[in-house]
Amino acid sequence: MAANPMTQFEVYRIGPEIKLGTFDISFTNASLFMVISSMAILIIFFFGSKKNSLLPNKVQLLAELSYTFVSKMINDTAGSKAKPYFSLIFSLFMFVLFCNMFGMIPYAFTVTSHIIVTFVLAAFIFIGVTIIGFIKHGVGYLKLFVPSGVPIILLPLIIVIEIISYLSRPISLSVRLFANMMAGHTMMKVFGGFVISLGIVGGWLPLSFSVALTGLEILVAFLQAYVFAILTCIYLNDALNLHH
Amino acid sequence: MKEAFAVEKSGMPQLNTEFWISQIFWLTLTFGLLYGVLSKLILPKINTNLEKRKSKILENIEAAEKQKEDSEAKLLVYNEIISKSKLDSKTILNQAREKALKDINIKKELLESQIDEEIKIVEKEIENLIESAPEKINIIASEISFQLIQKLTGTEVNNSSVSAIVDDLSRRGRDKYYGN
Repeated sequence: MAANPMTQFEVYRIGPEIKLGTFDISFTNASLFMVISSMAILIIFFFGSKKNSLLPNKVQLLAELSYTFVSKMINDTAGSKAKPYFSLIFSLFMFVLFCNMFGMIPYAFTVTSHIIVTFVLAAFIFIGVTIIGFIKHGVGYLKLFVPSGVPIILLPLIIVIEIISYLSRPISLSVRLFANMMAGHTMMKVFGGFVISLGIVGGWLPLSFSVALTGLEILVAFLQAYVFAILTCIYLNDALNLHH
Repeated sequence: MKEAFAVEKSGMPQLNTEFWISQIFWLTLTFGLLYGVLSKLILPKINTNLEKRKSKILENIEAAEKQKEDSEAKLLVYNEIISKSKLDSKTILNQAREKALKDINIKKELLESQIDEEIKIVEKEIENLIESAPEKINIIASEISFQLIQKLTGTEVNNSSVSAIVDDLSRRGRDKYYGN
C-alpha cells in the first residue's frame, strides 16, 4: 500500500535474522542508515583532518567550520567547563544532522523519525547530565529544583513543577525531534500522493508545494539537529554551572 | 494482544516494538563507534590543525609587523637623509650665489674705476685741447691776416698790431662760440 504515508517509516529486516539471546538484533533498514550516516561523517571528517594546509581545501574547510561552529555553540551556552564534552556533543549533532539529511533523499529511511532512536539518545543525555550534575555538586545538585528568590509559600509548588520539567526533558527532547521528522516526511508523502492522484492536470500545485516543502524540510533537518545539540548544551550547563 | 498489534501496524510503524531492541542495539553500536573514532582520532587532529594554523598566522602577523616597523624606521632615515641633503644643497647654492655676486661686484667696481680713470684722462686731454686751441688759432689767424694784408696792401704791416687785433676779434668770437 504505497499510498499510505506511514509506510515509509516501516522497519524491515535486511538479511538474516540475528538473535542475541532472546533479543532480535537483526540488521534492518534503520540500521543501514545509521551505518551510512556514521560512515559518511567519519569519511568526511577523516578527509577533512588528514592534511593540514594553511589554505584549507573544501573538505577541510567543511570539517573545520563544523568544528568551530559546534565549539562556539558549546562555549556560548555551557561555558568553558563544557570543553571535555565537546566530542560527545559534536558526535550527537553530526549524527542527528546526517540522519536527518540522509532522510531527505527520496526512498531513504529517516532514522530520527523513530521515537525509540531519539528517546534512547535523549535518555542517554538525560542520565549522563544527571550523573555529571551529581558528581560535580553532590547532593547540592538538588538545588536545581529550588530557584532562588521564590516566596516560601510558593516553594512546594515550584519544586514540584521544576522536578516535573526536569523529568520531562528526555521526553520533550526526543519527541521534538521525532515528531518534527515524522510530520515533515508524512506531509511530503501526502503531497507526493496528491501529485499522482491529481495527475498531469491538477498535479502541479501539490508538486510545487512538495518542492517548497523539501526546502523547508532541509531547513528543519538542520534546525532540529541544532536544537537537539543546543538543548543538550543547556542541560549540560545546568549540571556544570549550578546557578539557579 | 494480536489485535492491538495489528492496529499499531496500520497506524504508526514507530510504535511497533518488533525492532526496538535492534534499533537500540545498532544505534548504540554505530553512535558508539562514531563517538569513539571522532573523539579519539579525528577531533584532536582538527583541533591541532586549527591551533597550528592559528599560531602560524600569529607568527606571520608578528613577522609582518616587525617588517613594517623596520621599513618605517628605514623610511624615517631616508626622509632624514633627503631633508639633510636638501638643506645642504640649499646652502651650497646660497654660497655659490653669494660668491658669484661678490665677484661680479668686484669686477664691476674695477671696471668702473678704470672707466673713470680713462674718462678723466680723456677729459684732461679735451681740456688741454680747449685751452691750447685758441692760442694756436690766434697765431694761425694773425699769420694769415698778416699775409693777407701784406698781399692786399703790399706794405709792411706791424706784426704785433695785427696779432693784437686778431686776438681781440678771436676773444669776442670765442665768447660768441662758447657762450660765456
